[in-house]
Amino acid sequence: MTTQQGNRFFFNVDWITILLYVALCTIGFVNIYASIFNGVESNDFSFAAKYGKQLIYIITGLILGFSILLLDAKFFSVFSPIVYGLTMLLLIAVLVVGRKVAGNQAWIPLGSFRLQPSELAKFGTALLLARYVSSFNPKFRDIKSIFFAAVIVGIPLFLIMLQPDTGSALVFLSFMFPLYREGLSGYFLLIFLGMIVLFIADFLVPSEILIPLILAIGGLFIYQNRRKHKVMISCIIVTVVAVGYLFLVKFAYEKVLEPHQRTRIEILLGLKTDPKGAGYNVIQSKIAIGSGQLTGRGFLEGTQTKYGYVPEQSTDFIFSTIGEEWGFVGCFTVVALYIFMLLRIINLAERQRSTFSRVYGYCVASILFFHVFINIGMTIGIIPVIGIPLPFISYGGSSLWSFTVLLFIFLKLDSNRMGFI
Amino acid sequence: MDNLFNRKYIIQGLFILVALILVGTLFYIQVASDKYFLSAESNVLRKIYTFPARGVILDRNEKVLVQNEPVYDLMVIPNQVKEFDTLSLINIIGIDMKRFKKSFNRATVQSRYQPSIFEKQLSVQVYAALSEQLARFPGFFVQSRTVRYYPDSLAGHFFGYVKEVSKKDIEMSEGYYRPGDYIGKAGVEKQYNDVLRGEKGIINMLYDARNVPKGSYAEGKFDTLARSGEKVISSLDFRIQKLGEELMKNKVGSIVAIEPATGEILAFVSSPGYDPNLMVGRQQGNNYMDLINQEKNPNRVLTVRPIQGYYSPGSSFKPLDALLGLQEGVIDPNTTFNCPGYYMAGNHKVKCEHVDGNISLRKGLARSCNTYALYVFQKLITQKKFKNQQIAYDEWQKRVRKFGLGEKLGVDLPSERPGNLYTAEHYNKKYGNRWRYTTVISLGIGQGEMDATPLQMANIMAIIANRGYYVKPHLIKAIGENKVIKKEYARKNYVDVDARHFEPVIDGMQDAVNAPWGTARQSAIENIIMCGKTGTVQNPRGKNHSVFIGFAPRDNPKIAIAVVVENAGFGSTYAAPIASYIAEKYLKDSLSVNKKAGAEWMKKQVILPVPKKPKLKAKPLLTDSLKKDSTQKSLAPAKVLTAPASGAATATAPAKAAIVPVKPVGIPAKTTNSKPISQTP
Repeated sequence: MTTQQGNRFFFNVDWITILLYVALCTIGFVNIYASIFNGVESNDFSFAAKYGKQLIYIITGLILGFSILLLDAKFFSVFSPIVYGLTMLLLIAVLVVGRKVAGNQAWIPLGSFRLQPSELAKFGTALLLARYVSSFNPKFRDIKSIFFAAVIVGIPLFLIMLQPDTGSALVFLSFMFPLYREGLSGYFLLIFLGMIVLFIADFLVPSEILIPLILAIGGLFIYQNRRKHKVMISCIIVTVVAVGYLFLVKFAYEKVLEPHQRTRIEILLGLKTDPKGAGYNVIQSKIAIGSGQLTGRGFLEGTQTKYGYVPEQSTDFIFSTIGEEWGFVGCFTVVALYIFMLLRIINLAERQRSTFSRVYGYCVASILFFHVFINIGMTIGIIPVIGIPLPFISYGGSSLWSFTVLLFIFLKLDSNRMGFI
Repeated sequence: MDNLFNRKYIIQGLFILVALILVGTLFYIQVASDKYFLSAESNVLRKIYTFPARGVILDRNEKVLVQNEPVYDLMVIPNQVKEFDTLSLINIIGIDMKRFKKSFNRATVQSRYQPSIFEKQLSVQVYAALSEQLARFPGFFVQSRTVRYYPDSLAGHFFGYVKEVSKKDIEMSEGYYRPGDYIGKAGVEKQYNDVLRGEKGIINMLYDARNVPKGSYAEGKFDTLARSGEKVISSLDFRIQKLGEELMKNKVGSIVAIEPATGEILAFVSSPGYDPNLMVGRQQGNNYMDLINQEKNPNRVLTVRPIQGYYSPGSSFKPLDALLGLQEGVIDPNTTFNCPGYYMAGNHKVKCEHVDGNISLRKGLARSCNTYALYVFQKLITQKKFKNQQIAYDEWQKRVRKFGLGEKLGVDLPSERPGNLYTAEHYNKKYGNRWRYTTVISLGIGQGEMDATPLQMANIMAIIANRGYYVKPHLIKAIGENKVIKKEYARKNYVDVDARHFEPVIDGMQDAVNAPWGTARQSAIENIIMCGKTGTVQNPRGKNHSVFIGFAPRDNPKIAIAVVVENAGFGSTYAAPIASYIAEKYLKDSLSVNKKAGAEWMKKQVILPVPKKPKLKAKPLLTDSLKKDSTQKSLAPAKVLTAPASGAATATAPAKAAIVPVKPVGIPAKTTNSKPISQTP
C-alpha cells in the first residue's frame, strides 16, 4: 500500500456519513449517561457502568468500521453467500443453545458478551440480496425472480419469528424498498399498505359492517368495469383476497399472536387502556418526551429520566431521554440527522457503477429507516411497542456493532465505486 | 433504467414523509400540548403540607378566649403498608375491625401513594402509646395539628366552630383546601376564616418511580413555610360576657351590650348557650346532633338569638316616636296629651295601664304611656305636608329604617337576620288603598308588623347615647399585630335627628330608671345615671317577654344595652335588673352589695318554657300585637314567677298594650317566624 493509495483511499470515503455516524454515537453516549444518572453526582468515570461500556463499544465499533474500510471491496460480493449461510446457521443455533430473555430466545451468550444473530442476519441478507440482483439482473417482472428474492428474505424472517422476535422480523420487510428500486412493481408496496390499512380497520370496525362494505365497494368497481374483462377480473380477485385476508387476520390474531402482543396492539389502537400494565411504558415515555417541551429540561435535569419512570430507558426507550432533556429541538435534530444520513446513503447508492453496491446501499438505508421509524414511533405512541433498538444511539454492543458493520461495508463499497467488483 | 432511477425520489420522498409525521407528532406532544408536562409533574412531585395553628381570639383586654391544643392524626400511605399486626393497632387507637377496614379503603381510594388521614384527632394519651409502637406499622405515621380550646367555655354562639371541609368548600377554595382540612363553619370562625386560618406550608418533594423521596424540588424555591393565623382581638369584655351568661342561665333570651362611641359589642349572650368545647374533637358530630335534637335541647340552642331572634320592640320603641316627633316639629318637649287610660284609634280603644291625665314627653316616657306615644305617632302620620297618610307612613318608615330597623346592621357574624318593617307598598298590597294611620296604629308602641333583633334594639340605644349616630356594631376590634379594622366599622352613620332633640328624650329615659314614677326604678345604679326603657312584649303563645333597653352613664355613655328574657313577664322584673348588673359590672368592675345579692338571686331563677301538650293548640290569634319570637312554638311559663322584692311594684307597672284592631289582622306568614331557623350545616 503506497502513500498515494492511502490518500486516495481517504479521499474516496464519504466523510459526511462518517461524521453523521459519529454524531449519532455521541448523542447516544451522552443520553445513555443521562438515563443511568439517578441524581447523585459522581466524579468517577466507571467502565462498569452502561455509559462506560457504551464508550468501549463505540471505540471498538470505530476500530471495526475502519478495519472494514481496509478490506478488499470484492470480498463482500464474493463471500456474501458464505456470510449469509453463516448467519442462518447462527439463527438456527440460537433456537437450540440461545438464552431466553424476556420470552425471546434471541441471544447466544459468549462469555460476558451476548451475541444476537438476528442483528447479523440483517447484513447477511442484504449482502446476498445484492449479490443475487447483481449476478442475475432480475427485473422482478416474473414470478421466479420474485420467488428467489422472497426466499432470501423469508428464511431469516421465518427463523427469527420462531424465537419469537416479531420486532426484528418486521425489519426484514424493509427489503421491499431495494427490490422496488430494482424493478418490483409498485403494486406490491400498495398491497402492503392495503394490508396494513385492512389490519387496522379489522380492529376498529366490526366485521358485520366491514365485510359487506368491502364487498359493496368491490361490487361497484366490478360493475363499472364490466366491459373491460381484464380489469373486472382483477377487481374480483382483489375483493376476494381482501375478504380472505380479513378472516386470516382474525384467525392469526387470535391463534398466532402472543397475549402480550395482542395487548400492545389493542392499546395502540385505543381499544384498551392499561396505564399500570402493558401501556405503562408508552404512557411514561410519552410523558417524558412531552415534558421536555420546546427546549428540554437540560442535561441531567430530566426528572422522569433521573427517577426511573421510563422502563428500558437506555435501550429501546433511549429516545425518551432525548425528548425530556433536550426537548423538541433535540428530537428534531436527531430526526434530521437520521434523515440526512438516509438521503445521503440513497444518493451514494445511486452513484455506484456496480449494481451490487447500489442494492446493498438501498438495503442499508431501508433497514436503518425501519429501525428509526419503528423505534421513535413506538416511544411517541404511534406504533405498538416493538422492541427494536434506535440505530447508533441505543445502549448495546451487539446492535451498535452490527449497524456499524452494515454501514461501513457500504462506505467501503462506495469508496471503491470507480473499481469493479 | 432511467425509469427505475426515478424510484429513488419515491423512496426518498417516503422517508421525508415519515420523518415529517414523526416531527409533527413530537411537536404536538412537546410544544402544542401541556398535558404531558403536567403529567410529568404529577409523576414526581408530591406536596407535603404543614398545618399552621389557627389564630387565637382575645377579649378586649387581651385575655385569651380561644387558644389551640395539639391533637394527633394517624396518617397512612396505603402502598407503603406491609403486613402488620392489625389487631394491636386497632387496640391501641381503640377502633374495631370494621372501622379499620373502612378507613383503610377510604384512604386507598383517595390515593395509594399520598398520605391520607386514617384516624382523626387522637388524644395525647393514645398518641403516647402509639408512638412507641409506630415502627411496627409501616406506612403509618402521625401528623400533629391543633384544635380549638376554649378555657372559659364561654360565648359559643359568637365563636361558632371549626369543622372538616365539605366537598363544596374544597371546590370553592380554588385549590387551597384538601379533604381532611378544617374550616370555620359558624360564628367568628366562619366570618374571619381567611384571617384565622393562616397559610399552610408546602414542601415540594420529588419522588422516583419506586416512590422513594429524592429530595426537594428546585432546591425548595417553591416551598413555603406555614404561617400561623392572625391574632384576632374581639370587642367582648370577658367579665360582663361571663356575668351575662351566668345571669341568663336557665332562661331563654339574649343580652347585647355595645360601646356607643365605637360600635364595639361588649357582651353577646345567647341563651340557652352551649360549651364551645363540645364542638371540638372526635365527638363533635354526636354533640352537634344532640344540640339540634329537639328532645334533648328543646330551646334551639344553636339559634344565635342576638342576631336571629325576632321580637316586637314593644314599649322600647317609644323613644323613637318622641325623637321623630321632635324632629318633625309635631311636638315639642312641653306638648301634652290627655291620657284617660286609653287612646281612641277611630272607633277602637287602645288601653293604657294608667290614667295620668295631661302628660308630656318626659313623664310619658318614664311612665311608658301608650296614649302619649300613639298621639305622637298619629300626628306624624297625619301631617298636612304629605299628600296622604300612605305617603306620610312611607316617610316615617324610612326614618325608622335609618335607626337600623328592618335591615341587617351588617355585624361581622354570619346569618344575621334583618327584622321586619313594612313599607307603604306592603300595606297597599295587604289592604289596597284604604288603610290609614288607625290601621297601623300599633306600630306607635312597637307592636304589629315590626320585629327587631336584640342587636338592633341595643343599637337604637347606642344611637340615643351618641345623640344621633351609630357605628355599625361589630365583634372584632382588631386583626393581627397591626390592629387592622374594616373601614365600615369606623364610620359614623347619622340618623338625621338633630342632637338637641335627644336631651328631652334622654330626660324621660333617665326618669324611667331613676325617678320614683319610673318603670324600672328598682334597677337604678348607685352613683351612675342609667337611662333606659322597659318593654313588655306581648306573646300570644305564652307569657310576655321581658325587655329592657338602656345606656349608661347619661353623660359620655360607655355602654348601651338590650336585654330580652323570653316568657319572663314585665320588663322591669327580669330584663331591667339584668341590664343594671351588666352595666354596673362594666362601669365599676364590681357590683354593690345589694346588687350582688340580686344578681345571685337572678342566676338561680329558672324561666324555661315547657312544651305544651298537643291538645292545647294555640288559639287563633285575636290581636295584631304578636310576639314574633322565632324560637318557640308552644310555650308556657315553667313556674309562677316571683318578682324580686320591690316596694315600688305597683308604681312601676309596665306598659302593656291591648289593642283592639280596626279590623282583624293576622300576621302574614312571612313575618311569623315559627319556622326553625336554618343552621349552617
